[in-house]
Amino acid sequence: MTQTIFEISQEGRRAFVPPATDVPERPLDELIPARLLRSEPARLPEVAEPEIVRHYNRLSKRNFDLDTGFYPLGSCTMKHNPKLHERVAALPGNARLHPAQNPRRAQGALELMWRLQGALAEIAGLPHVSLQPSAGSHGELAGVLLTRAYHEDRGETRHKVLTPDTAHGTNPATVTMAGYELVKLASNADGGIDLDDLRAKADEDVACLMLTNPNTLGLFDPDIEEIARIVHGVGATLYYDGANLNAIVGVCRPGDMGFDIVHFNLHKTFTQPHGGGGPGAGPIAVSERIEPYLPRPQVVRRTPDNGGEPTFDLEYDRPKSIGRLRGFQGNYGVFVRSYAYIRSLGAEGLKEMSEIAVLNANYLLARLRERGVAEYLPVAYDRLCMHEFVLSGAPMKRDLKVKTLDLAKRLLDHGVHPPTVYFPLLVDEALLIEPTETETKETLDAFADTIAEILREAREDPTIAQTAPHTTPVRRLDEAAAAKRPVIRQPL
Amino acid sequence: MADESYPDDLLYHPEHDWARVEGDTATFGITWYAQDQLGEVVFFEPPAVGTEIGKDDAYTEVESVKAVSDVVAPLSGEVIEVNDELKDSPEAINDDPYGAGWMVKVRLSDDSETDGLLDAAAYRATLG
Repeated sequence: MTQTIFEISQEGRRAFVPPATDVPERPLDELIPARLLRSEPARLPEVAEPEIVRHYNRLSKRNFDLDTGFYPLGSCTMKHNPKLHERVAALPGNARLHPAQNPRRAQGALELMWRLQGALAEIAGLPHVSLQPSAGSHGELAGVLLTRAYHEDRGETRHKVLTPDTAHGTNPATVTMAGYELVKLASNADGGIDLDDLRAKADEDVACLMLTNPNTLGLFDPDIEEIARIVHGVGATLYYDGANLNAIVGVCRPGDMGFDIVHFNLHKTFTQPHGGGGPGAGPIAVSERIEPYLPRPQVVRRTPDNGGEPTFDLEYDRPKSIGRLRGFQGNYGVFVRSYAYIRSLGAEGLKEMSEIAVLNANYLLARLRERGVAEYLPVAYDRLCMHEFVLSGAPMKRDLKVKTLDLAKRLLDHGVHPPTVYFPLLVDEALLIEPTETETKETLDAFADTIAEILREAREDPTIAQTAPHTTPVRRLDEAAAAKRPVIRQPL
Repeated sequence: MADESYPDDLLYHPEHDWARVEGDTATFGITWYAQDQLGEVVFFEPPAVGTEIGKDDAYTEVESVKAVSDVVAPLSGEVIEVNDELKDSPEAINDDPYGAGWMVKVRLSDDSETDGLLDAAAYRATLG
């Protein structure tokens, strides 16, 4: 294993030695109250500059990322990030903005945020947008808190939130965190919501139905208008989890389907970088009846009465607001990238993006069938899919003794990142494949060939897949031990 | 991990739970199929002794490397003993689902409920 930067450390070694100061030094405790000073110096690694560079360069080469190879986790994790966005986000006016900048001196940034709100509102088909939530899950929490505020403002206290059994894990987690009781809905034979189950469970105590459409099976629920009628019929709100928005941008709009609240994952659909715990963004769009409760401050445009230039501001005067969801919009760079993406593609380009995402998924599914993998990896729901599809590895496990996990690990040896495995939970040995719109036909063909090759090899010798990966910097990891006995401290 | 088996002396719930009934008490656990679907179990938190649990209701959760799942009570009753060993070694649920992997012992409240459970052959048939 690679040493950590602390293990490389040698006492007294320095990467950079600053010149002697030419201004008089003052003791630290004159400047900072003694109670705020550390009693002993921080334990920082002491390493020469070339060693620092080599250390992190070595680590980066061991990483597998979207810039290294095919990554069929798809928009669920992160799409290709156009490199132009990095140039735009790095412009000094964007990169050097201070969180506490007076709005009068950040007019350009506020205008960009206001315009992004407008673009997202148009895409959602809902009139009002808040950019405050920091991530998709945060957007979900905001949406459920908005639902609570809406019902309470009408003098109602409701206790239950419905989610289908195909829901992303964040949905039930959000419901619980917001203090509601979770009620699960069954799926029908086509992978959509079981309407009879919904009718049986929808009552005056239901605050909201949280739904992803297309759902996590990659299937568009054709009953969505009836679902909306049932949910609105009992006075509940309909919440759109935007995790799969990549399939429908410019083709149809959640607002038109009857949704009241939508969250966007800017990293999924709008090419913001993701991972490594970097800043995220999960804006929400809402209908008129939810608007009074939006988080504050809102980014607004004010047009002076005298016909002067419009100005942009942060509006705090929102008496029914659920309040503030974060201190500052320190994730502003995310908005720059997503706005750059939306403006680069334009309305027609965004629609084409979704169309190609769906075409690529259906092409790959057809190609896999053509390569004969359906015997071991049948598609879970045999319908036209949207931007992703789910295969079941159950026959492969039964007949070849190769589990979905084994196939996933063997893909690493072929230079392909595994797709999502074992989700959604209702598909046995699930394999959730999302190629996204930016992958070429050659890449998709190569992936289908690789899957076929792994199955051919497994028929001859299943132990190769069962013990994979063989070529990666670390071999099969002990996931159970990692969960039970995680090593989370670095001894110093 | 144990080999696939469904002992004949147990009763089975279609949600992949088993019960070993002895007089007015019973021991509960999850079946070989359930632990195989879950994958390696990493966490089990037993309910408190004295808890009343109801047939077909979840009485605790089991967490594996793949998912967190409800554990369903095959019969109703009061928990009189729990398997504390599973706190430190939840892998016993994988290694020995019908032995060291037992979860709770219950004093049964309705002895007619056993009629609704499956024998080993009938349970096996539900697995396809």
